[in-house]
Amino acid sequence: MTFELFIFYLFAAIMVFAAMRVITVTNPVYAAMFLVLTFFTAAGIWMLLEAEFLAITLVLVYVGAVMVLFLFVVMMLDVNVVPLREGFVQYLPMGILVGVVMFIEIVFLITQRYFRSENFPAPARASADTSNTEALGRLLYGEYLFQFEIAAIILLVAIVAAIALTLRRRPDTKYQKPGQQVQVTKEDRLRIVSMESSKR
Amino acid sequence: MITLSHYLGLGALLFCLSVVGIFLNRKNVIILLMSIELMLLSVNMNFVAFSYFLGDGAGQIFVFFILTVAAAEAAIGLAILVVLFRNRSTINVADLDELKG
Repeated sequence: MTFELFIFYLFAAIMVFAAMRVITVTNPVYAAMFLVLTFFTAAGIWMLLEAEFLAITLVLVYVGAVMVLFLFVVMMLDVNVVPLREGFVQYLPMGILVGVVMFIEIVFLITQRYFRSENFPAPARASADTSNTEALGRLLYGEYLFQFEIAAIILLVAIVAAIALTLRRRPDTKYQKPGQQVQVTKEDRLRIVSMESSKR
Repeated sequence: MITLSHYLGLGALLFCLSVVGIFLNRKNVIILLMSIELMLLSVNMNFVAFSYFLGDGAGQIFVFFILTVAAAEAAIGLAILVVLFRNRSTINVADLDELKG
């Protein structure tokens, strides 16, 4: 067993364990934490595949942003987890049955002749000065520029949708109206009266 | 030597685990969203593995777009969840029967 294979098996074991804990743990906060662990180990495995940029992106975007959002929502909502757990044991045999059957099917598919390892020999390791980021950048800003723009628009739409969904207007809260504040003139606020000066 | 089958097997195992997770946690929307994230991760694993073994960068570009869409989906899903909790004070799927005919 080479060192690379050892690393792969170690990371795969941690990843499968963490994924299993994500779906079985009671507390959603712990589930989010185990999901973070899953993403971290996935990033490690992507490093083995020489996808360094994507590995870093996975940690930055998922662990840094998406999982923080998950944790934020989980901790903000006062969720009673007891009623959410009912049916867990009831659906357990069916779920495991479906999962095992699906796994056997997929393994049957990927061990057939098209996806065998002989057809996909491992390429030689890239030298230390090759830049995965540069290669991805050339593809992304060259061949896939249009798709990249569409991805940007998708993110913009997601921002607008998330803000529009959660924005709450309370009728009894007093707001300032900057438009009216700016339009106010001297006559609205100030009244000049002429009066006699008093004598001592 | 790590072969393509190792990565494909790992992706398959992860995908099946997330399917089981959807079966088990069908009342809890938060864990359902997490299971969907796990599914997308397993698919991404396959894309990256094929990209490496075929020597084609297009697979990694696809992963990039999947990450983008998954982030958008998580943001909107959690926003819906917050609005749901604000209106109904529960996120139990069994209680969401407003549209029942």
